[in-house]
Amino acid sequence: MALSGLDIFKLLPKTNCKKCGMPTCLAFAMALAQKKVSLDECPDASDEARQALAAAAAPPMLAVTFGTGDGQCKVGGETVLFRHEEKFHSPTAVAVTLPDDTDEAAMKQKAETIKGFAFERIGQPMPVEAVAVMNASGDAAKFAAAAEIAKTTGKAIILVTESPDAAAAALQKVKDTTPLLAAATAETADAMARVACEAGCPLVARAADPEALADLTEKLKGAGCEQIVLWLDAPDGWSEMTGMTTVRSLALRSTFRPLGFPTIAFATEGEPEDQIGRASALLCKYAGILVVETVEPWALLPLLTARQNIYTDPQKPVQVKPDLYAVGEADENSPVLFTTNFSLTYYTVEGDVEASRVPAWILCVDTEGTSVLTAYSGDKLNEKTVAKGMQDADVESKVKHRKLIIPGYVAVMSGKLEEETGWEVLVGPRESNVIPRYLKEVWTS
Amino acid sequence: MPLPPVKETYSGQVNEITLGGGDRKSVTIGGAKTIPHGGDREATGRRPVIAVDVLDAPPEDWPPVLADAYADVLQDPAAWATKAVETVGAELLCVKFDGIHPDKGDRDADHAVQVTRKVLEAVDVPLILWGCGNDDKDNAVMPKVSEAAKGRNVLLGTVTEDNYKNLTAIALADSHFLISQAPLDINIAKQVNILVSDMGFPLERLVMFQTTGALGYGLEYAYSIQERECLAALAGDKLMAMPQICDVGYEAWRAKEAKISDEDAPEWGDAARRGPLWETVTAIALLQSGVDIVRMRHPKAIARVQAYINGLWGSDA
Repeated sequence: MALSGLDIFKLLPKTNCKKCGMPTCLAFAMALAQKKVSLDECPDASDEARQALAAAAAPPMLAVTFGTGDGQCKVGGETVLFRHEEKFHSPTAVAVTLPDDTDEAAMKQKAETIKGFAFERIGQPMPVEAVAVMNASGDAAKFAAAAEIAKTTGKAIILVTESPDAAAAALQKVKDTTPLLAAATAETADAMARVACEAGCPLVARAADPEALADLTEKLKGAGCEQIVLWLDAPDGWSEMTGMTTVRSLALRSTFRPLGFPTIAFATEGEPEDQIGRASALLCKYAGILVVETVEPWALLPLLTARQNIYTDPQKPVQVKPDLYAVGEADENSPVLFTTNFSLTYYTVEGDVEASRVPAWILCVDTEGTSVLTAYSGDKLNEKTVAKGMQDADVESKVKHRKLIIPGYVAVMSGKLEEETGWEVLVGPRESNVIPRYLKEVWTS
Repeated sequence: MPLPPVKETYSGQVNEITLGGGDRKSVTIGGAKTIPHGGDREATGRRPVIAVDVLDAPPEDWPPVLADAYADVLQDPAAWATKAVETVGAELLCVKFDGIHPDKGDRDADHAVQVTRKVLEAVDVPLILWGCGNDDKDNAVMPKVSEAAKGRNVLLGTVTEDNYKNLTAIALADSHFLISQAPLDINIAKQVNILVSDMGFPLERLVMFQTTGALGYGLEYAYSIQERECLAALAGDKLMAMPQICDVGYEAWRAKEAKISDEDAPEWGDAARRGPLWETVTAIALLQSGVDIVRMRHPKAIARVQAYINGLWGSDA
């Protein structure tokens, strides 16, 4: 938590020596609180003051990285409880389990499947970032062998075991990838901390409630661990969701350091629908890493899409790539409508064009992700930008007719647009939900 | 170690309302005094409720995975309602009058009144009666629907900034609850509440609706607006203290990812499970924003979301 000027003043020598260039220590303290000067300007500052100021400047939630190269993941570093306050910074890393108690062929097959995931939406990749090797066998050698298979995916690795020996065995094989080790409990804290510190990898602390988690992270910090991830292994759904919310709030709003770490949650039980249902709640509230068991694309797709949605920067509208898009079996006689590349605008129009069941072309005009009226008033939607969009997408070669349907709200630009393009402009409806009727009745006639 | 107290404290509260009642079953929603999962059971208010959609006329555009689930009842709203209650487990139904829309059959008020009466006879759970979205048609039909349900304490929808007078007047006359609608805009939501309130309609009988964005199609906008509305209520804004409803079923099943067939998208896997899960994830994500009623459609998605709710709140409350 930021220190006030008076808090800082108490830590200063109070000699008013002016060596810092300020008339008094109080003035210097006030400038420090506003981050206008550095404590280094004060030659007589005590070590205690330096530590207190450094601690106060540290972010309320640590960012933890694991994995290397292309597989590197950064989680945590969050600053807010509600995404509209700023944004959620580090998209939840999604991991799929690789249990070590199946035969080698099955493990290799699952690893291949994980490696092959290439989901994408609106031009953005939606990766599965990590493989969680599960020590289901309880056997150290099997665990180490599974970790080696996990390494072939190139993804970040999470080593999940209760046994420090199994952890050490697996780390021998994969510690060069900086895996995340899960997990230390109150009972295994010292041994796990030693294994993690030796390998230089971050460590998960696992406990049943926020109080026990806070105790455990203090213990791990005492044993030399700095990179910690929290696993709130709660007895039921209610305590899990309320616990995750409490942890987030205490870390960010109260700068409670023992809980100032990213979180990991496991939704690996039951059918894929059970896993993904629970995971989507935890994604919103407030898992930094989510582990699921399923590799079904129909199950992962909605989870990864939810992550893309929730981690979108609320200040930066999502944009669709400007282009000409066919809806249905659009051909050279199909109508051409244009709209802006603000994703919400575009997808609303696309959905309504689709609902009309009239095959059509949608020209998505680059308006820097603004809606029709905003773009028009900001001069990002005018005859020039539309004409450019038509040219770039080579609309003339796609249809035989020369008729362009424009959003009803920008009917006023019809004349200039006809001049600029030579196309006949048809004024479409103001509201997107009238498009089906428009296409069926007006266009068809 | 003892934890410091959580810093968020809220002075306000979401209104609590009870739909139905009398000689019929009732359901109570709202009442939150804190954010979702922000405190103990008492402080978080009533559990969220699923409203199962029943359409007044057979839908023309439902994908097979969804239509098949109700294939035996799509022609008969009363049978549909019975199935929704007895088989799907609905404790609240939303009768959606799509069939009166000029583009979707243009059915008249007599039809809508008949549907309302038959559904009221067939089941005893509380009802939401929701117009088609065409202002002229809703103004002509929904007052008669309201009258047919007089005394049943239903939730009528929807009133908007441009069209609120007729429905507000009739909801007031028939002592119903009312849904105020806004296009993903928190200021317009407040404005509609003020307009409705200026006509003498009690704020305590309103439910707020922001046009919902489905997973992948603007979910984040609906999520944050609903979250902000919830926070406004908790901060003590009486004009924003209404419980909230969102329309998951309709929106989720418009998504390509939910409705496209296996042949057209083999890389996305089994459509029979993909569609319901798309609806499930939309619902569970939006529940995290503090919404009180979710309108849903597919029985499998409804079962999953109900299991999620029961898993948190217990199945008996």
